[in-house]
This record gives sequence, C-alpha cells and structure tokens, in this order.
Amino acid sequence: MTAPFPLPAAAAPHPLLEARGLVRRFGGLTAVAGIDLSIAAGELVSVIGPNGAGKTTAFNLISGLDRPDEGSICFDGADITGRPPEAVAVAGLVRTFQHGRVFANLSVADNVLVGAHRRLTAVRPAWPVVGPLAELALALIRPPSVKAEEAALREEVREILAIFGERLLPRIDQPAYSLSYANRRRVEIARALAARPKLLLLDEPTAGMNQTETAEMLEIIAALKARGQTILLIEHKLDMVMRLSDRVVVLDDGRKIAEGLPLAVRNDPAVIEAYLGHGAVGSAARAGDDAPSAEQPLPLSA
Amino acid sequence: MTSWFDHTINGLIIGNIYALLAVGLALIFGVSRLINFAHGSVYVVGAYVGWVAVSVLHTPFPLTLVIVVALTAVLGVVVERFGIRPLAGAPRIAPLLATIGLSFVLDQTVQILFSPDPRAVPMQLPNWRVAIGGGSIGVLDLLIGGIGITAASALFAFLKLTKWGWAVRATALDRDAARAMGVDVDKVNSIVFAVASGLGGVGGVLVGMYYNVITPTMGFEATLKGIVAEVVGGVGNVPGAIVGSLLLGIIESYGVALLGTSYRNLFAFILLIVILVLRPNGLFASRRQLPPEPMTGTFVAPSRPVRLPVPLVAAAAALAIALPLLVDSGYLIQTLTNVWLYALLGLSLTLVAGTSGQVSLGHAALLAIGGYTSALLALNLGWPVWLTLFCGGLVAAALGTLLVSPAFRLRGHYVSIATLGIGEIVALVILNWESVTRGPIGVAGIPPLSLFGYELYDTNAIYWFALALMAALALLQLRLLGSHLGRTLRAVRDDDVAARSFGIGLNRYKGLAFAFGGFFAGLSGAFTAHMYSYINHETFNTQISVLALTIAILGGMGNVGGAILGSLALIGLPEVFRVAAEYRILLYGIALLLLVRFRPQGLLGTV
Repeated sequence: MTAPFPLPAAAAPHPLLEARGLVRRFGGLTAVAGIDLSIAAGELVSVIGPNGAGKTTAFNLISGLDRPDEGSICFDGADITGRPPEAVAVAGLVRTFQHGRVFANLSVADNVLVGAHRRLTAVRPAWPVVGPLAELALALIRPPSVKAEEAALREEVREILAIFGERLLPRIDQPAYSLSYANRRRVEIARALAARPKLLLLDEPTAGMNQTETAEMLEIIAALKARGQTILLIEHKLDMVMRLSDRVVVLDDGRKIAEGLPLAVRNDPAVIEAYLGHGAVGSAARAGDDAPSAEQPLPLSA
Repeated sequence: MTSWFDHTINGLIIGNIYALLAVGLALIFGVSRLINFAHGSVYVVGAYVGWVAVSVLHTPFPLTLVIVVALTAVLGVVVERFGIRPLAGAPRIAPLLATIGLSFVLDQTVQILFSPDPRAVPMQLPNWRVAIGGGSIGVLDLLIGGIGITAASALFAFLKLTKWGWAVRATALDRDAARAMGVDVDKVNSIVFAVASGLGGVGGVLVGMYYNVITPTMGFEATLKGIVAEVVGGVGNVPGAIVGSLLLGIIESYGVALLGTSYRNLFAFILLIVILVLRPNGLFASRRQLPPEPMTGTFVAPSRPVRLPVPLVAAAAALAIALPLLVDSGYLIQTLTNVWLYALLGLSLTLVAGTSGQVSLGHAALLAIGGYTSALLALNLGWPVWLTLFCGGLVAAALGTLLVSPAFRLRGHYVSIATLGIGEIVALVILNWESVTRGPIGVAGIPPLSLFGYELYDTNAIYWFALALMAALALLQLRLLGSHLGRTLRAVRDDDVAARSFGIGLNRYKGLAFAFGGFFAGLSGAFTAHMYSYINHETFNTQISVLALTIAILGGMGNVGGAILGSLALIGLPEVFRVAAEYRILLYGIALLLLVRFRPQGLLGTV
C-alpha cells in the first residue's frame, strides 16, 4: 500500500508506532483484515471510514485491549504485540474510549489523577518483588517526596482542566456520574493528557457533541498538536479531520483503501465510493444496503 | 475392581440430583442473568414438604412428588415476584445478594418450623437390588435415573416445542428484543422460576430418600454443588449443566473412594476453582469468547457519602472509650467488644468489596486463617499472644491473597463464586489436616489475650484493647483511602478496562486490597480465638461471610465509618435486644433483602 505521492512523515527513519499486517477475526467476521499503520513523532494521523470499517477494533488491537490474530505492533522501538493494556499504557501509549469510560464514582480531579498513574515514581519505586508492598507502605507513611509528587500532580490537574476553560474546573470535586455527556468526554481527554502520553489515541472525541462543543474540541486538539503531541485520531466529522490531520488513513471493511494528505484522500474515488455506496455516486439506488454509510455523508463542501 | 462399578453408579445418581438443581440454576441464569443462591433453599423446602407428605399425610410416592412440585413451583414464583423482579434495574450484583438474603430467610424459617435436628424420610419403595456384574443397582437408583431422564426430556420438549419454551429461549438470548417482540418477559421469568424450583424440590425429596436424612442446613451445600455443576458446564447452558452435574457426581464419587467421605466437597470446590481459572465460560465455550458482559458490575450505587461532623465522631469516640467506666454491665461491654471485632471484619470487606469492587463471599476464611495461626503459634510454640495476633494478621494477609490470586482475573459474579469456593476449601482443609489443625476436635485451651506480658482477663481491658485496635486500623484505612491507592482501587472497581488502559495492573492492586483487608480480618479472627479460648472449623462459617457483607452494605460500601456503624447495628442491636440465635439469622436475611431493595447505598453512603 504505497501512497501515490510523497508523504511528509514517511521520511522519518523510526516511526513512533508501526503496525504491520494486523488481522482480527470474530468468528466468521474479519473485522480487521491486514492493516498497516505508522505514525511518526509529532504527527497527527486521522483514521476515517464508515461504521463497521474496523477503526475501533484497530484501536483496541494497538492499545492492547484485544490481541491481533496476525501482525505485529511496534511502539517506541519495542514490540508490544499482544502485550496487556497496562503494559502498553506504561510504555506511553494512551487512549480514550468511543463511548466514554470515566470512573463514575470518582471526582473529576481523581479521574484525571488516575490518568497520571503511570507517572507516579516517588510512591511507586520500581523495585522487584517488594515493589507493591513498598507502594503500600509509602502510601500510608507519605514521606515528603510522596507528598510533593502528589501536590505537583494536583496542581497539574488544575492546569489540564484549565484547557477546557470553565467547563470542568468548577466541577473539579464533583463525581463524574453527575457530569453531562460532553463533560464526561472532556474528562476522558483530560485523564489521557495527565498520562503525558508519547502517543495519544483519540476515539471519536466529539461524538455526541453539538457544533459549538465540537469547535471547542477542535481548537483543543489543534493546540495539543501545536505543542508537539503525537495523535492518532478516529473521527467522523470530516471537516475536523481535514483541518487537523497531517495524514489521513481510510478504512473500509477492515482494509486500508486510501492513505495520504487530507485533500488527496477527500477526492479519492475509492473513498467516496466507500462512504456513499458502491453504486453510482449521488444515486439513491440501493439505499437500503448502504444504510450505515448513508448516515455519514461526506461533508465535502465543508 | 468391581467396586468401581458401584462408585460410577453412585456418582451418576448423585450427578442426577445435582442436575435437577443445576438445570434450574442454568434456566434462571438464562432468563435473569442471575445466580440464584436461594435455589438450595427451595430444595430444602421440597425435602421438608416431601417429609410432611410422607410422614404426616402418608401420601403414596407419586402423589408426594406432585405435592412437592406444586408447592415448590409456587414458592419459586413468589421468590421471583417479590425477591427478584423489583431489582430489575439495579446493579447486577443486587439480585444475587437478594437471593442470599432469601436463602437465609427460607432456611431459617424451615429450621424454626421443623427444628434443626436431622429427620429421616421414610422410604416408599421396595428395597430390592439387581446384581449386575460385581455391583448392584437398587430401585431408588433406577427411579432417580428415570426421573432425571424424564425431567430432562420434558424440559427439552418444553423448550423446543412449546410457545412458552420459545419465549424462554428468546428471553435468554435477548431480553429487550424478546420484550419488543411482544413476549411477556415477566411471565417467562415466573414460568422459569416455577419450573426450576419444581425440579429443585424434586431433587430435595429424592436426596432425602437416598441418604435417608434431611436437615434445614443442607440447602447451602446443595446450592454450591449446583453452582459448581453449572459453572463446569458453562453458566446458563442447560445441556452443559447436565453434563457438568454428572461429571461432578462421578469425580466426587471417585474422590470419596480414593480418600474418604470428608474429601467429597474438597473435590467439588477444587474442580470449581480449576474451571473458573482455566475456562471461566465452562467446558463447552469456544476458547476466545469475549468476556460475558452481564457478569460485570459492582454493587456500588452512585451516592454522596454522608460527611459525619467531626464533633459528633469525637463525642462517639469519647463515649466508646469511657463506656466501661460509666456503665456496670459486663454483658454490654462484651457485646461491644464483639461489635469492634466484627467492625474490623467489616472494614476488611468494605475495602475489598466496596472500594475495590471484589464482592467476596469467603471472607470468613481469613478469620479462620488468622485465628488458627495465632492459636497454634501461641499453643505449640509458646509465642507471646501480642506477637501471634500480629502473625495471625500477616499470615491471613499473605495466604489469603495467595489463595484468592487465581480469581484476580475474574469479574462480577464470578469473583463471588470463586471466593465462596476458596472459603469452603479453607474450611475443608482445616477439617481434614488433622496433624496441624486437630481436625473436627478443634483447638482448645488457647492462651488468653496478653499485652506487655500481662494477661488480659478483665472484660474492660479486653474491650479497650479491641476498641484501640479497631480505631487504629480504621484510621489507617482512612489514610489508605486518602492516598493514591484509594483512587486507584476505586478506579479498578468502576471500570477495570479503563483502569488497565492507564497502566493499572489488576493483579497488583487487587492483591494489595486483599492483603490489606486480609490483615484486618486475620487480626479479628486471631483476637476472637484468644478471647473464646476455643475454635474449630465451624467457628468461622459462611454465615459469617454473608454477615460481614451485610455489615459492609448496611454501612455503605467502601465507607469506613459505615463498617463500624453497620457492625453496631447488626451485631450490637440483636444482642442488646436479646434476639434468639435462630431469629438473628432470619433478621440478617431480611435486613439484606430490605437494604438491597430500598437503600443500596447503605446508611452512610458508598464512597
């Protein structure tokens, strides 16, 4: 699958993430059928495709929630294929979830602090065997180093929440179950940022958000990108994809059907066909067969 | 070698009786996504209805069966209508706790009506046996086999050929879709509970005739065996439950032949743990099935915990300290000492089940490990008691965590089943490991509590010791909850997938929770052992595990103050009002039922 034109990031010698030939079958259904994906440090790559194209399954494979039947995943120079999600997270690859999985009974602040779990060092000495007991003892005794680490993180939580303006800061001590849907999605992104990931996987960060909220989220993601955060994004709102992405990968039916610069992908006939159906573009024929994609019209005029 | 034929037949007969239970459990799980812990109690009711019919009414055998089926079926409908249906929208674990409460209520009602003494069920069949090879088969064996096969065929025909059978299967596949298609799901549930309970009742009568003895307490073991068979066959899988039951019966029978009767249950529970660890979806599930969603979910209702005002807590603490000086009642002080010890157990379970979401039903095993460790160290090695108490806590923490570690990968109901099985295994090991634990005789003459070389005989001194320990550990637990571990454990409870995605290893943190809680429970058990000076394998039984859970739920899951308040209410109040022992269990059952239904967040709220 070579791109028809030179890619800005393809020149990078060691991509941060490189997935090769990923395959995942569920019974008779092949959700992911041999996908290659690579992303270099500092890039923002978007994965788009109609519902059921295998985007979230691919995310699950990369983040360790599911094991690929075939293929390999290399992250930051190490093979992470089939590694459990906690190991993948510790390595610096952190994701958000499509439907939002905040910790409902935890406060906003605690949710974000859990995100920073992988960065705890004072309270989690990397000692073999006795590490867990040392962690328990340090948590109970709380020497100055542990207190300082916790205080610094709490300060950082406020800074991260400030990214979202006044959406979350006034609710910092409220339990997450009391938040609106959009706010829960924001908490989820804040939690992922607290991990300071090398690679951030965002699974439809604006799902269920209205236009204003989507525009806000777009600004936030653009600011993250400007700061040098490497991001892999699944998104249905194509105008957002077009504005943010360095590169776009299009999946359909578990396969990569196109990859390249946003503009080029947008005009790729294969992509248009995948979105608008396998008949003549613009015709309403066989609409029943294409019901899922009909809900996602390409806003090509955006 | 001929006796192997007898053992096989015996195993198949017992397996048949297990199948009558397990099929019912599988049917109920199918439509309700619920493991019915009250199922064994229905079986007890069936056995006693049969006893009344045969011994009092002198009914012929077929009529006895009809009466038993009719009455237990009605009981099943009542259980479903008033115990389970109101909890349809509640967290998954709520109906499970309700069935535990129901089982307490039913067992205890039977015990109050018929006395706890075992009764014989008169045999209504000719007692001749057919010799086959070197072994023999009796009429009852044939009858049980016949009833098993008939029931299975009738059930198969019902599920495959009748309209209501289709409705049952449709509901099992997708409850909401079935409802949308016009299936009366409530009625399907009623039918399933009636059928399942009727089968269970028949099992009760048959087992009464087979062993020629029934007791009100046999229901719990029956429930466990049914659950083991169901898990072996794959939860909710009806044919799997039959195969699992026969397999369990045969394994038990061979195990008994090899090692003796007291090992029967050990084989069952080890089989349970092996299956849960290796194939949690049962023997017949495909290897890479996704984890079954309905089994997840904790019993932590979203709520804001009540913030107790500091002056109130301080006043209560001052009162607790000064009480022995204010009142001159040894009875009250002893009762409150017990309250503080149960509060320790409650603290342990509220951390494990409430904060970390691992609803353990085997917590009494930690008491037993702590109690035995401390008692034996003090008796055999002559160590000072303050040191053995500490060791009791440490060993309970270490051994308890090690034993439960295979269950760390399980979720929801499966954790409860696994911990229940592990708890039973601990009790059985204590019973059978006579060279160390003195087996059924128990450990007597345990040295009294001592501190700094002074033996504590004085009721007040023991009270203050218990209070000080409990208060110190409660403060320690508050400190734990305020650290990063508090939020980490609660994150694991709320969503273990999301927690793992942020680098939280489940083994490490579940292990820490069990170790921390295990220390508390072990200390409580050790203290109790030295206070009573005698313990045996039944001192810390499963009723105490359920009582501990009721304490934690009453106070509010994860709530430190709640565990203490829950212990005061459930241990202190019945004692102060001098409720008789058999009514106390009834009371705990009713308390659990009412809590789950009306105040799942507990008195002080979940944390």
